Formats: sequence, structure tokens, C-alpha cells
Amino acid sequence: MIKIGLEIHCQLTKLESKLFCSCKANYRNLETNSNICPVCVGLPGSLPLLNKKAVEKASMLSLALGCKIPEHISFFRKNYFYPDLPKNFQITQYNAYGPTSIGSDGAVPIEGKTIRIRRIQLEEDPGRLLYEGSSEKTQITLVDYNRAGTPLVEIVTEPDFENPRQVRIFLNVLADLVENLGVSDPYLEGAMRVDGNISVQNGNRVEIKNVGSFRDVEKALHFEMTRQQSLVDRNIQVIAETRHWDDARKITVSSRSKEEEQDYRYLPEADIPIILIKQDKIESLRKQMPESIVDKKERYIKKYGIPQQVADVLSSDKFYSDLFEKAHNESNAKEIANIITTDLMGFADTREKKMDLNLTDRNLSDLADAIIHNKITRNSGKIVLQEMLKTSKSFSEIVANLDLGSMSDTSSLEKIIDEVFKEEEKAVSEAKQNPDTVNYIVGKVMRKTKGKANPNTTLEIIRKKLSV
Amino acid sequence: MNLGISATEYLSLVRNSQISVEEFIAKTIDRIKMVEEKVHAYITINDQDALNKAKLIDKKIRTKEKTGKLSGIPISVKDNICTAGLKTTCASKMLENFIAPYDATVVSRLKQEDAIIIGKVNLDEFAMGSTTEFSYFGPSKNPWNNECVPGGSSGGSGVSVSALECMMSLGSDTGGSVRSPASFCSVVGLKPTYGLVSRYGLISYANSIEQIGPVARKVEDIALIMNVISGHDQHDDTTVKKDAIDYVEGLDIGIKGKKIGLVQQMTGDGVDKEVLSATNKAISKLQDLGAECVPVSLDSLEHSVAAYYTIASAEASSNLSRYDNLRYGFDLGTGGYEFKAYVSKVRSNFGSEVTRRLLLGAFVLSAGYYGKYYLKAQKVRAMMKSQIDEAFKKVDFLIGPTMPILPFKLGEKIDDPLTLYKLDINTITANLTGIPAISVPFEISSSGLPIGIQIFANSFEEKNLLQAAYALQQSVHLREVPL
Repeated sequence: MIKIGLEIHCQLTKLESKLFCSCKANYRNLETNSNICPVCVGLPGSLPLLNKKAVEKASMLSLALGCKIPEHISFFRKNYFYPDLPKNFQITQYNAYGPTSIGSDGAVPIEGKTIRIRRIQLEEDPGRLLYEGSSEKTQITLVDYNRAGTPLVEIVTEPDFENPRQVRIFLNVLADLVENLGVSDPYLEGAMRVDGNISVQNGNRVEIKNVGSFRDVEKALHFEMTRQQSLVDRNIQVIAETRHWDDARKITVSSRSKEEEQDYRYLPEADIPIILIKQDKIESLRKQMPESIVDKKERYIKKYGIPQQVADVLSSDKFYSDLFEKAHNESNAKEIANIITTDLMGFADTREKKMDLNLTDRNLSDLADAIIHNKITRNSGKIVLQEMLKTSKSFSEIVANLDLGSMSDTSSLEKIIDEVFKEEEKAVSEAKQNPDTVNYIVGKVMRKTKGKANPNTTLEIIRKKLSV
Repeated sequence: MNLGISATEYLSLVRNSQISVEEFIAKTIDRIKMVEEKVHAYITINDQDALNKAKLIDKKIRTKEKTGKLSGIPISVKDNICTAGLKTTCASKMLENFIAPYDATVVSRLKQEDAIIIGKVNLDEFAMGSTTEFSYFGPSKNPWNNECVPGGSSGGSGVSVSALECMMSLGSDTGGSVRSPASFCSVVGLKPTYGLVSRYGLISYANSIEQIGPVARKVEDIALIMNVISGHDQHDDTTVKKDAIDYVEGLDIGIKGKKIGLVQQMTGDGVDKEVLSATNKAISKLQDLGAECVPVSLDSLEHSVAAYYTIASAEASSNLSRYDNLRYGFDLGTGGYEFKAYVSKVRSNFGSEVTRRLLLGAFVLSAGYYGKYYLKAQKVRAMMKSQIDEAFKKVDFLIGPTMPILPFKLGEKIDDPLTLYKLDINTITANLTGIPAISVPFEISSSGLPIGIQIFANSFEEKNLLQAAYALQQSVHLREVPL
């Protein structure tokens, strides 16, 4: 039997400032060591000041993951020497002497299975090491403390995963959840980092670190599962150790440092007084929390009749569900959901592409209305959408420019159908025999009208003319 | 010009233009240059800057501009409290050249009130010690007898105030570090309630128990400076939000009708005879002034030294981890070292006492020992707190000698850490329980050495405490320092 547990570090990127000082939480794209102050580089005499907003965001996340929030939370120091850690201790939370971390005992359902959350702890990110050349051969290591003190939560699961696929599903659910909750942007580089613990039957537990992406987490666990199983099969002991994911070779390699043997000498952090979390505070946070993905999905299905699968995809994507909320009205909701999930999501699927998307909610709403009211065909709709994304011109302007107005007035359509009947005599006679082949003629009409002909009207006229 | 006047007297002379600040500061600097060779209180003398500030304040007074509450008062600052632009060394090789980019909150509050930072004073390395012998820059000496230790760790504070090298000083008190030198040097030293004075800019040794505290020659001067340095600080989450209290107002109200408890465990075995008789004399003086004295037993004191050194060392081992010489520190060839080897080479430059406590602290926190030592020490601490709470239900103040023995010879106990640790027995209760305590000069022994009396009050009862201390001070007349 395979057992997998995860430790997920998730930065609270939606916060303005660091966990213990007023430097920016967003350290990205800044000149090295420019986003620092006496507190986050731990200068002698400096003291940490807890960011209360971070406690709120972490509390919301705890609630969203079904965790219990204790009556009071406190912080501990985790002591170890490392150059990216300016104080040579990390301010974190620790539950060995009673639950004082922001959350514990939660549960997240995935595909009919429940993954239990052991605890959630609020802590500071260390700085970053920069190597000149490769880390193996470099003579010099530089340190950038811009990231030091960035607020993050560590989410620790129970070893409830039975295979790497469940891990990937869970991580996707979790990423969507933190994004929907407005606590983090999980797709920012380094915002969500995952370490895994995996063991096979009759083997020891192995920790895997340094995995860059969710996809690689699944690969690394797969590799490790296979490696451990083949050891066990040959009666070779699986050593309890920490292994790093080698991204280039797509394998795990044993870490030379014996991190698992480190004694962190945890100590209460006396500079941060114990924080009482009152029940009414929790309730007010609960009220401030945005609608959950599950509730959203239910609403899409029940209120708008959006098909289950479409609702599923739409509700779990924060960007597109926000767009949907802004663009839709009672009558066009279903069509907008349809456009987003069939056309838009394929077009703009990465964070960058989404950010660059030139689409106003007004334009999207107009497009959906036009399709519903047969002003343009679905096919033309796709062309209009492409044009909107390219030019961000208004719906009416695009339709006029490209002459895409739907042809549903019968007289002009009839003329074109008559022309097609002349050109396709053989097909016409065939259709009379076998009405199923009438679609061929519809296709010809569509081509002649460059997709503007309303397919339903066209079919109706053809049938009438052929009396089939 | 009498450099020994109290700050209160000085302020009225300055405000009435009877003396100039520049002249007084110049005289103080002359005094420092004259006596430093004998007492070694200072690590850094801020003479030029102090004179410039003095001129500015004189000008303010001449032009009738508003001046601060501490106008022109020369104050020395223990060298573990950060001062922007002025070295803050912690009397350690590790911070030999460290210049903080910011002022500690207490320092900026002093500057705001026109106090003059005259220099940075000596201490045991990182405030670990009770004699000031463990300074990287060499020991300070007792102005009353240069062969004796001045107490510690804020030895430089006690010495500089006692030897008239400044008018007041800021020290820090982790286990008695303000009160011990106050007692040994015959000056007043206050350890405020934990959370009353900001620690922002105080370089941490044991952050759950230490406080910055003032040293002065007179209780009224302590009240004056407390009006400036106390109160909530937005840079220190452990400071308490409370309405401001005027410690000067009503200082001479007396102690009639107050109940004072003499702590039995502070006058038992191992206490010097002269210290004991001074304590008894203090009790009868207070009774003469209308106070009622009763014996009080605090049997948890028996475990206090062990608990204190466990907690303080544990916190020290974490607080001092940051000194890896990567971002600041001293010059050391960097070539050829891997990180861990470099750090351990660097950290071998801590002095012997710091090293001892770092090792002890790392040990008591290590896996498997945490419960046996650290948690047990915290239990003792909780027990002491509940005994103190009980005691203050019955009495207004507790009293005892500050130090169990008289100042002793330099080097006499330097190789005997246990004996030195035990000297803290009377002072550490205030640190472990957070309550305020003050040491008031009371007597000079037959051998010419100072004896201080210590008074404790309940948390945030500094105003009452200073009133009691003032009453005791007014009941005695001590001779001047023979220097």
C-alpha cells in the first residue's frame, strides 16, 4: 500500500506587506536587496510586528479547508543555520505543546475521497540564494533578502493519498481554492511549493523536496513510487531520507545534507504576544469569505441551468468565473458560460494570456445576447470573439465591419438556396430520396453565405422546398 | 561647577540660564577624560556631537524656544542599545564595528526631549554577566574602590553615573543587570515592569524577561526619565497600552500606612553580615516613616536561579544565532570556507561566558531535553508568578537587599560561574515575574563599599514604587564617591 502526504508552502500573495514588517509582500521583479528593512534582515535590536491581515487571511484559509481555529495562536522559533535565513531562525508555528497554529484537523474532499489536513501554520519565507553559474560548481553564493519575511502558510496533510494522481487532483483543487478565496495567486512563480512524503508497503518514509511545478510533483512521486517498489521487490531496504527532484534528469536524488536529523530547538517567540481569536471574529471572517467554488457551482447549475460539466470548469477558475459574474444576466448566463468554456478557455489558458485578454464584460454580454437572439450564428460568434480579442472593438462595430449579421430573412436566403439547388442537382435528388443527406445542402448554403445563414432557418426552407 | 547635582536641580539652572549646557557638557567630558583611566565606563565617547547638541540647546534657551523635558542632560547609554550613527558593540568582537541604522525607541525619545547622548558604556558581552568583567573591551572598575567590580552587566551605566561622568544612564536588566551595578556603585537603578518600556533597539539577550531601565543618582531623576521613556511603542508589540502616568508628581507623598514585606529568603544563609544589618536598618527607617513591615516567604526563590539560567540561556542561544558575520561583524578572511565551517569559525569569537550560555541554551532546547529543562523552568516561573501575586494581595511592597554580598575584587570569582550565577538570587524574581524593582543606595560598609536596598512593587505600580524609594532615599545621607 502506498502512502503519500504533502507539505505545501503557499505564500499569501494578496497581502500588501511582509509578515513582520512593512516591506512589500510582493518581492518579485525588484532590484536585489532593495525590499528590506532592519526587521526582515534581523538587524540587532529589531523586533517583529505581526501583520494582523496575515492572521485574517490564514484564518480564512483554515476555515475554507475545514480546520479548527484555536482560541489563541502563538509563534515559535525554528532554529537552524542557513545563509538565506537572516536571524538563523524562522518564526513559525508549532503544535507539539498544544494546538497554537492557525488551523488544525481539517478535511478536503476530492473525487469521493477525503484528504485530512493535519495543520496549517503561518510563517515567514526566507530569502533566496543566487548562484553564479550552476549550484554544483559555483565559487560564490549571493543572498537576496527581498523575499525574507514574506507571509506564507504551510499546509500539512495526513498521508491520505494512495497514488500520485490523487495528489495532482488535490493540488489543483487547493490552488483553485486559495485563488478563489483571494489569499494567494498560486500560479505566480514560487508562490506555491510542494514537498512530498511517500512510502510503499514494507518501506521507510522518503521526503521529496525541491519540486518546481505541480506536474513535476506527480512525476517525482511516480518516480519515487517505482524506485521504492523495485527496491522492496528485491528485498533492499528503502532508506528514510530526503531526496531532491532533479528537474533536468527527471529523477530524485539523495540529498547529501542529513536534514532529517536536524534538531530545530523550537522555542516560543516572546516578541509576539499570544493572539486571542474570539469566536465572533471567526464568524465575521466567515461572512467576509467569498462564495466557495462548490457553492458557486451549485448556483450555476440550479439558477441558470448550466450543465454540470460546464459549471464545474467555470466555477473552479477564478478569472473566468469573475468574468462570468460581471458579464452575465438572467437570460444570457448559459450562453456566456458556453462561450467562456468552449472558446475562451482554450484561447487564453495561462496566467499571462488571461492578463492580456482584451475582453470587456460588456462585449462578452453583447455577443451572447446576439447569439441567443439569432442576430449572428454561433460560427460567426467565434469570428467576432477572435476579432474582439484582437482589436477590443465593440460588438456592433465588429459585426458591421465584417458583415457578419445573420441571414435569417427568408427571401434572401431562398434566393441563395435556389442557386445552390441549381448547382447541386444530384444532391437535391438524392436528398429527396434520403432526407438524412439534406445536411450536405445546408453545408453548401453556409459556405456560400460565409457562415452567416442561420442554420435552423436554412434547414426549414430546404425541407419545405423539397417537401421532406 | 558641581557635576554631582541632580537632574531636577540642573534643569532649573539651565532654564534660568544660570549655567550653560555647553559648559556643563564640556566639564563632563573633562571629567570623563580624567577618570576613565581608573574606571573604564565608556566604550565610545560621543564628545563632539554632544558639544554640538549642547550649543543648539543653549541657543534654543537664549531665543526662548521651547525645550524638551531633559534639556541638556548628559546621558550615557549601555552599548547594547542602538544609537544611529554611533557604534553599538555589545562589548563583543562580533559587533566590534556595528553601527545601527536606527535609534532605539528609548534613544529617540531621549533625543526628542533634548537629552544629550554623551557616550556608550561598558557591559558584560551581550549583557551576560554580573560584574562587567566579561567585556571584550576589558572590565569596568568600581569608582568606590578601583580594585572591586562595579556589578553588572550594566557596569558602565552604574560607574558612569556614580563617577559623575554623566547625569543618568540607560541600562538593561535581564536578571538584575541594572540593579546590581546600582547597588555596587551607590546609585539608583530601576527595572521597570515588562512591557512598560520599549525594547525596540535593545539588542536581545533574553527577550521574554529583559527591560531597559534607568540609572541615576537620585530617585527623582529616575521619575523624570521614566516620564520620557515609558509607554506603548508601535515598534514593540510587547509594550502595553496604558494611560501616561506622571511619575514626578506626588513623589514625596511618603509611605505612611503602606505595608512592606521583608522577603525571608533574601536575608537567610550566605548573606553578608553588613548587608543584613543594613537591610534591618532600612526596615526600621521605613517603620519610622509610618510603614508596617511583615515577613513574607517566597519559597519558589529556591529554584529561581536554575529556572532563570535555563530560560535566559535558551533565549540567548536563539537570539544570538544571527551573529554569523555575513551581513555585518568583524573582519575575517572569507576565502576557502564552506558556510557551516565559516559560521563555526566566526562564532568561536564569542567570549567565554557567552559561549557557556549559548551551549547551555542549545542543550536545554534540544530534542528530548526540552521538557526536562525548559518546560520545567517555565513551570517554576509560573509558580513564582502566582506566589508574587499572592504576596501582593497582602502587602504593597516587598523588600530585601539588592545584592547578597559587598562588591568583591576583580578576577576573584571570574572562574566560578556558579557562584556568580547565585549572586542574582535577589534580583531575578523581578525578571521572571515581570514586576518592577528598584535598588536604592542605603549604606557604605566599614570597608567603604556601597550597599543597596531593593524594593519590589506589583506590575505597573512604578509610581508607588518610586514614592517608596524616594522615602527611603530621603531617610539617609551618604557620603560622596571618593574619586
